[in-house]
Amino acid sequence: MVAILETKNLGITFGTHQAVQDVSFSVEKNEFKSIIGPNGAGKTTLFNLLSGQLKPTKGEIYLKGQQITGSSVVERTRLGIGRSFQITNVFPNLTVLENVRLAVQSQAKLRYQAFTHYRSYQKFEEKALHWLHVALLDHKENTLAINLAHGEKRKLEMAMLLALEPELLLLDEPTAGMSLEDVPAILQVIKKIKEEGDKTILLIEHKMDMIMDLSDRIMVLFNGKLLAEGTPREIMDNELVQSAYLGGLYDEFTSQS
Amino acid sequence: MIIGIALFVFPFIYEDRSMLILFTQIFIFAIFAMSYDILLGFTGIVSFGHAMFFGIGAYCVSVMLKHHEPTMLLVTGAISLGVLFSLIISFVVGLMTLRLKSHYYAMLTLALAGLFLVAAEKWRTLTYGNDGFTFQVPEFFHDRLHFYLVCLVLMVIVYFGLKRFIQSPLGRILLAIKDNEQRAESLGYQVLHYKIIASIVAGGIASLSGSLYALSLRFVNTSVFTMDITLDALLMTIIGGVGTLIGPVLGAAIIELAHHWLTGLAKVHWIFERWLILFGIVYILAVMFFPNGIVGSVRKLVSKKEKKEDVSTSENIVKEG
Repeated sequence: MVAILETKNLGITFGTHQAVQDVSFSVEKNEFKSIIGPNGAGKTTLFNLLSGQLKPTKGEIYLKGQQITGSSVVERTRLGIGRSFQITNVFPNLTVLENVRLAVQSQAKLRYQAFTHYRSYQKFEEKALHWLHVALLDHKENTLAINLAHGEKRKLEMAMLLALEPELLLLDEPTAGMSLEDVPAILQVIKKIKEEGDKTILLIEHKMDMIMDLSDRIMVLFNGKLLAEGTPREIMDNELVQSAYLGGLYDEFTSQS
Repeated sequence: MIIGIALFVFPFIYEDRSMLILFTQIFIFAIFAMSYDILLGFTGIVSFGHAMFFGIGAYCVSVMLKHHEPTMLLVTGAISLGVLFSLIISFVVGLMTLRLKSHYYAMLTLALAGLFLVAAEKWRTLTYGNDGFTFQVPEFFHDRLHFYLVCLVLMVIVYFGLKRFIQSPLGRILLAIKDNEQRAESLGYQVLHYKIIASIVAGGIASLSGSLYALSLRFVNTSVFTMDITLDALLMTIIGGVGTLIGPVLGAAIIELAHHWLTGLAKVHWIFERWLILFGIVYILAVMFFPNGIVGSVRKLVSKKEKKEDVSTSENIVKEG
């Protein structure tokens, strides 16, 4: 198997705080890998490093063997890394269709065409509608994104992500803040993507049952360090993980009270 | 469309020189305000230095006509030269400044426009400073009617040109950038490139309007570089409707007409001599109650009505069912 993504001793420091330290891992092609860890373990920071929002202070990142440590967000997107955000991040004042259409347009590398009417690219619209269908958002195309319910916004985000047709998907808590009724729908979307089998997926999630069910492998982050890695079974049985995770949760409770 | 045709016919029916000049001014400022709206309404860039390009266009034409025999060819050449200058300058300036976030960018454009103003004041051999200078315009423009028609045609061309521009795939990306810059970036769009393109387009067109402005006055001084010009554009765009193209045109018409009539009323009551005060009040009210401008507010009303009709028809269906 080929490693599509690989990091070597990846780390970032904010002031004196080491948010991520010495994380080395690799993701194989078409693998579904989840990252778990208590709040503040550095999961989202790790994602930010991978997608280019943050620059690491240490270590290297390779995509398909190519060094991308210094590449910008735009370059990485074009290379095939797509990410969803933990906080919903769409174009609020554009229609749902336009949101996805922009992603399709980017994927088609049509970036500086200024003279033809955008409607003359019918294909884009058809494709965008297709992705909306995949993300279970039929019949919503003319709604402004700002008027969507939270769960629908997350679905829209998935549709935009898919429309970029990335090889590597970084999903940052796709079900965060969602009502319980909405979760199965998103799960269904993720499952659909997984079943198609041509995407590599990296997922951050808190809902353990969901992770155990979907993942090929799981990584556990704790205090910015990679604590363990293995199949769901192995992780379940790992005592270190259990204590860290429970300990982490305990910390969280004390800090809140 | 009807208004457009009416405007073409208008001067032949109604022959009043001052109205003709007033309308020409409206067209010129409509072009300028539209170019400003490309930045403000479609890309979400707040620039306080737009007068810079207006001034470049104005001076290019004036200086050329001052030193050479005024022919039509020269005028076209001078206008093109002004546009070319503006394209280059907006590119360079954009490259340097557009990396900055909103208000930092606004401050820097303010400073740059100030720089041009000072340069125009000090370079007396070329610009005659604040006193300005008059110049001859080609024979063809001696007839105000001709000039009126030229400005009208140019305004219509700019309107449809920009309409096509914002409805192109690139224009759609500009709207996306206005809405959510970070997201546009993570879709793989190089935000800086688009902002520069927008500012180049806006700069070029602003220069065109500046050239026309100088031609209409047959006189130029450093006032074309002042903040007032930028503020006029801002006012017209906001009152007319940000993010639409017809809005700035309407805004230009309203402000120029109001300016004309309010100063005319000065004889009636002394307060109209201070028409700027009234204007300020209107402006504040407009921003408070109609933040979308005239066009935006009307559109909202229309869409609300449509929605209401939708609801009532669906209710009827439910009742019938």
